[in-house]
Amino acid sequence: MDLRIENGVVAELGDGLPESESEVIDADGLVVCPGLIDVHVHLREPGGEHKETIASGVAAAAAGGFTSIVAMPNTDPPIDNPAAVGFVLAEGRRIGLTRVYPSGAITVGQKGEQLTEVGEMVQAGAVTITDDGRPVRGAGVMRLALEYAQTFDLPVAVHEEETDLSRGGVMNEGIISSRLGLTGIPNAAEDVMIARDLLLTELTGGRLHVQHVSTVRGVDMIQRAKERGIRVTAEATPHHFTLTDAAVEQYRTDAKMNPPLRSEADREAVRAGVRDGTLDVIATDHAPHHYDEKEQAFDDAPFGIVGLETALGLGITELVEKRVIDLPTLIERMSCNPARALSLPGGTLARGKPGDVALFHLEREWVVDPSRFRSLSRNTPFADWKLRGQPIRTIVGGRSVWFRRED
Amino acid sequence: MNAQYAPYLGKDLLGLEELTREQIIGILDTSEPFKEISERAIKKVPVLRGKTIVNAFFESSTRTRISFEFAEKRLSADTVSFAAGGSSVSKGETLVDTARNLEAMRIDMVVIRHGSSGAAHFLADRIASNVINAGDGKHEHPTQGLLDLLTIRDHFGTLEGKKVCIVGDVLHSRVARSNIWGLRKVGAEVAVCGPLTLMPPRVEEMGVTVFRRIEEAIEWADALNVLRLQLERMEGGFVPSLREYNRVFGITNDRLDRAPNDILILHPGPMNRGVEIDSVVADGPHSVILKQVTNGVAVRMAVLYLLAGGEPDTAEAAKIGTGL
Repeated sequence: MDLRIENGVVAELGDGLPESESEVIDADGLVVCPGLIDVHVHLREPGGEHKETIASGVAAAAAGGFTSIVAMPNTDPPIDNPAAVGFVLAEGRRIGLTRVYPSGAITVGQKGEQLTEVGEMVQAGAVTITDDGRPVRGAGVMRLALEYAQTFDLPVAVHEEETDLSRGGVMNEGIISSRLGLTGIPNAAEDVMIARDLLLTELTGGRLHVQHVSTVRGVDMIQRAKERGIRVTAEATPHHFTLTDAAVEQYRTDAKMNPPLRSEADREAVRAGVRDGTLDVIATDHAPHHYDEKEQAFDDAPFGIVGLETALGLGITELVEKRVIDLPTLIERMSCNPARALSLPGGTLARGKPGDVALFHLEREWVVDPSRFRSLSRNTPFADWKLRGQPIRTIVGGRSVWFRRED
Repeated sequence: MNAQYAPYLGKDLLGLEELTREQIIGILDTSEPFKEISERAIKKVPVLRGKTIVNAFFESSTRTRISFEFAEKRLSADTVSFAAGGSSVSKGETLVDTARNLEAMRIDMVVIRHGSSGAAHFLADRIASNVINAGDGKHEHPTQGLLDLLTIRDHFGTLEGKKVCIVGDVLHSRVARSNIWGLRKVGAEVAVCGPLTLMPPRVEEMGVTVFRRIEEAIEWADALNVLRLQLERMEGGFVPSLREYNRVFGITNDRLDRAPNDILILHPGPMNRGVEIDSVVADGPHSVILKQVTNGVAVRMAVLYLLAGGEPDTAEAAKIGTGL
């Protein structure tokens, strides 16, 4: 099977296409698929350049097989106005590797009070609005956002956490938090907000995108909401479908994230949600932190782990190899569905669509070595893991933006 | 130090959860010969002569810190103590930098008290010196657990089959966790009692019985370990008022009078008289609260001695030796 890309878009797909004068890439033995799309990435710029920059973040994305990413707006200052959206977009274009789509905040300063200039941010290039990193506490503001965003047919992406219930929490609430003497975050802190926002979405007819679902009940409620015809999409992260709160033992700050790693039953529910499509999107919640910040007592370390450079390997190792889903379904969850959820170009190799392609080795085993990450940060619980599924080349608009140099 | 043998307790004492029954009994047995040192006119033996110990208290403490300092000094160690307020920690130095600086001064042991659970583990992973956890957040306070065990054993002659109920704010208590692990490993039965707002989630999976009412706990127990109710718990909404707490969960003479057993009362201190425990109980015949304090010094001597390479069998002889 051959694929021809011309002028940045897919020109032809078929057997035995005639050789042309353009560059020929031999993909023998590799999987060729629509470029991966990660709708949940923290690039940290502006304000957190010691953790990640837009340049280092997109380099990490390209090396992970991603051709498009959506940048979260919880920078310092937050991306809550059209100029800031324009900055992220322009910086992404200037770097010219993986495509960067900005998201804008739902509320000014992500304070949960006043809606941002959503229309102007959309004109400037925002593809969604979210206060990610924190919830929209007020149900009234959330209702307004779900209504107002419909003018632009924009999904509202939400980090679901009832902060009264999660206050002081640093890991999942359960026997492990009790043993370690760490304050727990109960599943209910996430579930009550998912319930609220599904009801508000039903009320308003808006579009909801639930980020990083981590609980049994969360998956269950989203499934039933979909059955009722509510317009909701939802994410599963590689860490939530791979790990449980047992990874926190020994106070490992690289296993500290929000929502936290949950119980075995929750992890199974996330896997089941990915399988049946309730969780239609796999997204990394790539959250880089400087090693000084993670090199602290557990209570003091920040939430989050990097994910761009391990996502495909975890998807293949944990989902495909363990027969949770087959390879085409994994590609769908990591490319087609993310594109659809946030109405992005890409996620397909149909003629005339962007020439965004990922090439990867399905079988080859590799060892996660954080010192070789393109990301500026190394905070991963998967160091030294053996994974299958290794990105080999990433093509954006017909141009190779990254390829693996054989060691 | 006997470098060729694995030390009896390993490198560190971080918690009782990771110790074996034999190690715990070994520490208690080793405490016995050390008790006598504090009763002498000249309270000093050369067991730890030449050892340097830093007491790093990132959170305030009076009793535990003084107890450790006496244990160290009575074993002839050279000691330095610091509290967070008067050190470079208050200038923003990180825990890891503090650890590395202590290490660079070639110290032998660090006793650490810290407000964050896991802080002692954090330090132990990063320095070669022995680390003793003197209380980390809500996690463990192993020497307090050990001195509670020793005090109960002193009274009953054994811990096997004894019924001990931990009363009060188990949720926030490192003393409670060390008691639960320590008591269970040596064959005691453990229960907890208090309002569910102050119980750790799924605490019963730690192998304890949960009593909702203090009257049931008193009826069941041979000993009550009564935890301090910190005043900020009321502000956090965990209990409606201190007065109500005393009415519902307070250890009063009235309640003890109805106890079928000769019940032993422990308290790790500092006490809120009239809140979790009435003064007549704290000062009364059931109370072994001051014996706990006395035992604390002996238990800490035993821990220091064992971490420095000593063995339980040779503790008596070590007192008249010239150091390890």
